[in-house]
Amino acid sequence: MTDLQSWMIWPDNTALSTLTLLLIAMIGLYAARSPMHGLIRAIGHALAGSLRLGARWLVASAVEMKERNKAVLLAQGLKEVGQRIEREFERIGILVTRDLQGYPVLQRKLREEITRIEEDYKKCGEVPPPPPDWVEAVAAVAQIKTGGGEVVQKILDEIRQSVERIHDKAIGEYRRAYEERHDILEGSLPFWRSIDKTLKHVDKKMTDLAENAATVDTQMKKYRQIAAKTDEAEAILSNSAFTQFNIAVIVLTVALGGAFVNFKLIALPMSEMVGAGDYITASLRTSEVAALVIILVEASMGLFLMESLRITHLFPRLSNLNDRMRRRMMWISLVLLVTLAGVEAALALMRDMLIADKQALLQSLAATRQAASEGWIGRIPTAGQMLLGFILPFALAFVAVPLESFIHSARTVGGSLMIDLVRALAFVLRVLGNLARHTSRALLHFYDLMIVLPLLVEHLVRTLRGGEAAMKPRPLDSPGELKP
Amino acid sequence: MIKRKFLAALMVIGLMGTVTGCVDSRSQTHAVYVLVDTSGTYAREAGNAQRIINYLLGTLQSGDSLAVARVRSRSFSEKDIIAKVMFDSRPSQANAQKRAFRDKVGAFLQTVQGSAYTDITGGLIQGAEFLNETGAGKRTILIFSDMQEELDKATIRNFPISLKNIRVIAVNVTKLNTDNIDPRRYLGRLEAWQKRIEGAGASEWKVINDLERLDAIFTKS
Repeated sequence: MTDLQSWMIWPDNTALSTLTLLLIAMIGLYAARSPMHGLIRAIGHALAGSLRLGARWLVASAVEMKERNKAVLLAQGLKEVGQRIEREFERIGILVTRDLQGYPVLQRKLREEITRIEEDYKKCGEVPPPPPDWVEAVAAVAQIKTGGGEVVQKILDEIRQSVERIHDKAIGEYRRAYEERHDILEGSLPFWRSIDKTLKHVDKKMTDLAENAATVDTQMKKYRQIAAKTDEAEAILSNSAFTQFNIAVIVLTVALGGAFVNFKLIALPMSEMVGAGDYITASLRTSEVAALVIILVEASMGLFLMESLRITHLFPRLSNLNDRMRRRMMWISLVLLVTLAGVEAALALMRDMLIADKQALLQSLAATRQAASEGWIGRIPTAGQMLLGFILPFALAFVAVPLESFIHSARTVGGSLMIDLVRALAFVLRVLGNLARHTSRALLHFYDLMIVLPLLVEHLVRTLRGGEAAMKPRPLDSPGELKP
Repeated sequence: MIKRKFLAALMVIGLMGTVTGCVDSRSQTHAVYVLVDTSGTYAREAGNAQRIINYLLGTLQSGDSLAVARVRSRSFSEKDIIAKVMFDSRPSQANAQKRAFRDKVGAFLQTVQGSAYTDITGGLIQGAEFLNETGAGKRTILIFSDMQEELDKATIRNFPISLKNIRVIAVNVTKLNTDNIDPRRYLGRLEAWQKRIEGAGASEWKVINDLERLDAIFTKS
């Protein structure tokens, strides 16, 4: 008897053996129907319940995280807008202090100029002296008839000549008086101009002040929105954080490229200082790590410099230093940065020399003629490398600014992503819970399908015994049905 | 306070541990032992030997080791090492060493004189000793020879040798006149050497006859 036939009751009759075994199994399964249903339901319950519980917990966590993120975001926004308002007020304060300090002088100047103009005006208002009384006498004489007398004629001529002379003199005086008034008016012209200029200056200052006030108004509106914890403010701040994050990532990537170039510049010459044969890991030379450390130290110095200049605020302790200490810190950072930049420039030169030496060696080993010296053109790359070696540390110093943006915005962005992840996980758990519930139900049906014959017999017996009442089939999910 | 000091000390120790090296630097280096056959007619191939040595000088880095030894009637002797060097960790010094090494080997190859017999096995044992002493991670013996070993009656070399963890590369294995008559001699000779060297525990056996493909010296097949 082979192993395959060992399960057969009648090895010669496979069909009969199979049928008999099926019937036995069916009876066995029918007998175990109730506990098996209970087991399947219990497992379904346990799985679906746990998964739904997990999903609920995740949803609750997501809500909590959202609230926490919102609180952090609003606090950050409040701080930022507060700082901006503070700065605007500082500007207005400076403007007002400067202009108000100058206002008494300006006022005195204006008053003096106005007084001067008034005086000039008064002077200009003086009428020329009236014609003397003799004018009437001349008029009377002019009415005298000559009568052809030579003496009278002569007298009259003399009178006319004398009158004309006096008239010319009077006219001359009158003109001179007018000229003087014109001179006075001409003299007051600069004062008018000065007043005009002063008033324009004042007007400009007032416009600036109004603009600053408008900016403060806008910021204050924003501040109130944030303080009121409105959804609009949250959305604006969240969008702003995402924008900041993206910009910071782009700038940091560019900076990373710069750091890589910097690393390439100094890695080879560093092997001259710390040796090329030392390894930290199987593929990482000590010289490469040393070069990396120098670059990181430069970036740190840049960070401290930016902190000392109060451009960034990553270290509260540095921000809270008094001005004297802060200035010292700034100078120390700057000196170290300049020193490191100098070292890098020297290393860049050494790199060029090492490469040239290696090239010469390879050429001599290859027994080829050495290339002729390229003169000053050949020195351009050397100079370029040195310049790059000197400039890159300073360029890297500015990494502190995008780094700060990155750190601040990463909290919001990371929080948002985490919330989405938790929600997605909750959804998956919910789906799995439903799947477990429906699977357990499907298994119950499948179980009954396997024992359909005994069930039919049971149904028939019940019908015969109980009539109509027993016609109803025993519900599958009656005890402990899984609730949706 | 004590806790702070402890943390600071831990950091310093960690940093020192990192800087002083977590990996044995020697295990990353490469040591090459070049055996140059100076027997009989093969001595005329000295120009090619110089070419191979120059290639090695251009390729090996700081910390690597290189030795050139000749194969004579009896080659198991330090006196047969023409030049040996461990390149300085500073690249500029290493370049100077390479120049000096090239000059020294060049001078030898110009005045090379043929020997009566060819003791390749003795050279291999000497080379294995040298390479094991260097402690390098990668060890290679280059045999610049026609691989025709000829020993005098007094010389005994028919015993098992050990070339564990050593790559053995035969370069420029020229065909002898007898090989041209019956190529099976040449193929049989190489097969016998392969069997012997692999039996000695060598990590690799390779034959490079095309001198334009010397880069294969450093690549594992």
